[in-house]
Amino acid sequence: MPRSRRRWPAGLRRAIQVLAALFLLAPLPAYAVSDDVILADTPPRQLSAFGFFDDLAAQKPAEGVIPFRLNTPLFSDGALKDRFVYLPAGKAAAHDATEAFDFPVGSALIKTFSFPADYREPDKDIRRIETRVLLRHADGWQAWAYLWNSEQTDAALKIAGATVPVSTVTAGGTPLDFAYSVPNKNQCKACHALDNAIVPLGPKARNLNGPFPYASGEENQLAHWAAAGILAGAPPPAEAPAVPDWRDETAPLDARARAWLDVNCAHCHRAEGPASNSGLFLTFGEKDPVRYGVRKRPVAAGKGAGANEFDILPGEPDDSILVYRVRSVEPGVMMPELGRHLADPDAVALLRAWIAAMDD
Amino acid sequence: MHLRLRHLLLPALLLSAASALAAEVAVEAGDGATERLVEALIMAKPGDTIAIGAGRFELKEGLSLQVDDVRVKGAGPDATVLSFAGQTGSGEGLLVTSNRVVLEDFAVEDPKGDGIKSKGSDQITFRNLRVVWTGGPKESNGAYGVYPVSSQHVLIDGVTVSGASDAGIYVGQSQDIVVSNSRAEYNVAGIEIENSARADVYRNVATHNAGGILVFDLPNLPVQGGHDIRVFDNDVVDNDTGNFAPKGNTVAMVPKGMGIMVMANRNVHVFGNRLSGNGTAHVLIAAYPNEYEDADYMFVPRGVYVHDNEYGAGGNAPDGEVGKIISDISGTPVPDIVWDGVTRIPEYFSWVRPENRVYVSEPKATFINLKMISQMLLPWGWWPDRDASGYAGSLPEPAPVKLPQDSGA
Repeated sequence: MPRSRRRWPAGLRRAIQVLAALFLLAPLPAYAVSDDVILADTPPRQLSAFGFFDDLAAQKPAEGVIPFRLNTPLFSDGALKDRFVYLPAGKAAAHDATEAFDFPVGSALIKTFSFPADYREPDKDIRRIETRVLLRHADGWQAWAYLWNSEQTDAALKIAGATVPVSTVTAGGTPLDFAYSVPNKNQCKACHALDNAIVPLGPKARNLNGPFPYASGEENQLAHWAAAGILAGAPPPAEAPAVPDWRDETAPLDARARAWLDVNCAHCHRAEGPASNSGLFLTFGEKDPVRYGVRKRPVAAGKGAGANEFDILPGEPDDSILVYRVRSVEPGVMMPELGRHLADPDAVALLRAWIAAMDD
Repeated sequence: MHLRLRHLLLPALLLSAASALAAEVAVEAGDGATERLVEALIMAKPGDTIAIGAGRFELKEGLSLQVDDVRVKGAGPDATVLSFAGQTGSGEGLLVTSNRVVLEDFAVEDPKGDGIKSKGSDQITFRNLRVVWTGGPKESNGAYGVYPVSSQHVLIDGVTVSGASDAGIYVGQSQDIVVSNSRAEYNVAGIEIENSARADVYRNVATHNAGGILVFDLPNLPVQGGHDIRVFDNDVVDNDTGNFAPKGNTVAMVPKGMGIMVMANRNVHVFGNRLSGNGTAHVLIAAYPNEYEDADYMFVPRGVYVHDNEYGAGGNAPDGEVGKIISDISGTPVPDIVWDGVTRIPEYFSWVRPENRVYVSEPKATFINLKMISQMLLPWGWWPDRDASGYAGSLPEPAPVKLPQDSGA
């Protein structure tokens, strides 16, 4: 059968090309993630340039950008956090039982920090403050923060950090006004450092091993990542390590407290971390009670010790430096020393209960 | 001709390449100075000098430098002042985590936590700096003024620190250290070398602190076994400020009027210093007194040699619990040199190897060995030893500490 093919007049073809070009150049939301932008030497000025979102303002991820949650998250002045992971097509992260997964070059981790107008209705009137990205380059991870504009349409690269006034209402109905800090580039590394190299903190097996309400239905995140082909070498979720949700009162008290310390403290307080010199190691896997603070004397705590002699004095939460520093909002005393200006009373209550229940 | 041209051109090209790389980034005081300074430190390239102009810089957040081979230089320790009086975040004023960094000619005032810290740095120089808590000695002041930790090749020269609620100059868990020509006053401890190896501490003035110079080794830290420390040619005088450290810190036990204190550690040489006006004791050699759980820790000092120091008046006002323990045995004035006499129990019943003994060679000074083990074991048949002649002898002196940054590298 002879092949017939209709040929359009050259003028029409040209017009179609111009229209297509105009359409592509138009300032519409990007429809795909740009691997080139992720891997560029310098980060883009605007968050939208990455193409991580089909609808940036609504945080609706683009194809290949997968939302995730952590069993126990870091407290950041109560900010709501939307987390996403992107891997280049056909690539997978290597599972690790203890540390963050080993992500391939071109991967991105994206986290948006927001505050609701009123925590009694946390899904309404959400104001986005910043989106932080971690980009996996051939020579390591790069960390950048993007500050959202007042129209809430896009976010701009902010290298020197920023202070943003936040006004909200607590879950208890009390108005709350405070200054939220967007970290500067160096402050990113103050937490995201392992042996002095930038690393991701959240995506560890033990903290991802839990359910997520995907559009396709609820599923365990490790299973979902493995099925999506972005995670290689993961055991079935039942055999993978897991930390509980620190708020889950049906979980053992010890595991809840250790999960909270793991996420909120152990990025610095571990042998390879920025606070290694303290000798206080708070990773979930630390088995030596002295190392995680039991009857351990402070080294460089200064006024952070309060009047207390030990990081943890079993049975005596109010004589324990750990509680004193988590409760404080005074610079030089409060821990973590970056990333918060407020205290988390629920976390303080958990740590107090944990120490109170320790046998002397 | 051809060859000669190449010989002329190559160095010229190298020189111009080097100067093109090594930029000087000037940060002057005035509008937006804080943000410009933060950005300059973040965006610095290896080889750069960040030149901070004269004036006051009011900082709300701590500063940090993470780039190798950078010099941060002010217009002088009285001219360029980084004030952290309004600080709302971070655990220190300035944190350096990179290598081959020089910090010089500026001041840090009133940081909420520590003053200037380096963590994990190799070849870090603190020169001609001033770190001051302007309200004087207060428990609410930060712990350390100049604070290299887990670092190597540390040079601290010509710095002044005042008001630290722990140690003015504190070097912890570090190796190859020089602390010289510096002044520490009105701190709890003037200068402290802790869990560190190979340190020379010389030509400093430690005055009006609670304790002048401390050489400590503590348990439950990633780096232990401090050793090879020389403390010499320092003026350790009139350490007469009451201990204002927050209770719970190890340094809170240091009594007012302590001159030089050696606690645990190995091969410590104290010589040629001038000590006077220290009301508790000029020199104290002691074991770590607290209970601890650490199989790797050596709690008694191993090999201490005290010789040829000059001693003025002192020991007239023993202070605190430690002062009382000493003076209850020694009476007042407390002798110039005090050793608690604590050895390990097996050694108590046998002998101590020569390299682990305490040696005192001070013909003109007074001395006491408190023999506290005997006091504990034989409370009714025990007496202290005031005769230093039984402690004659010497230890081979460690070689002077050599630093690569000293050779102009």
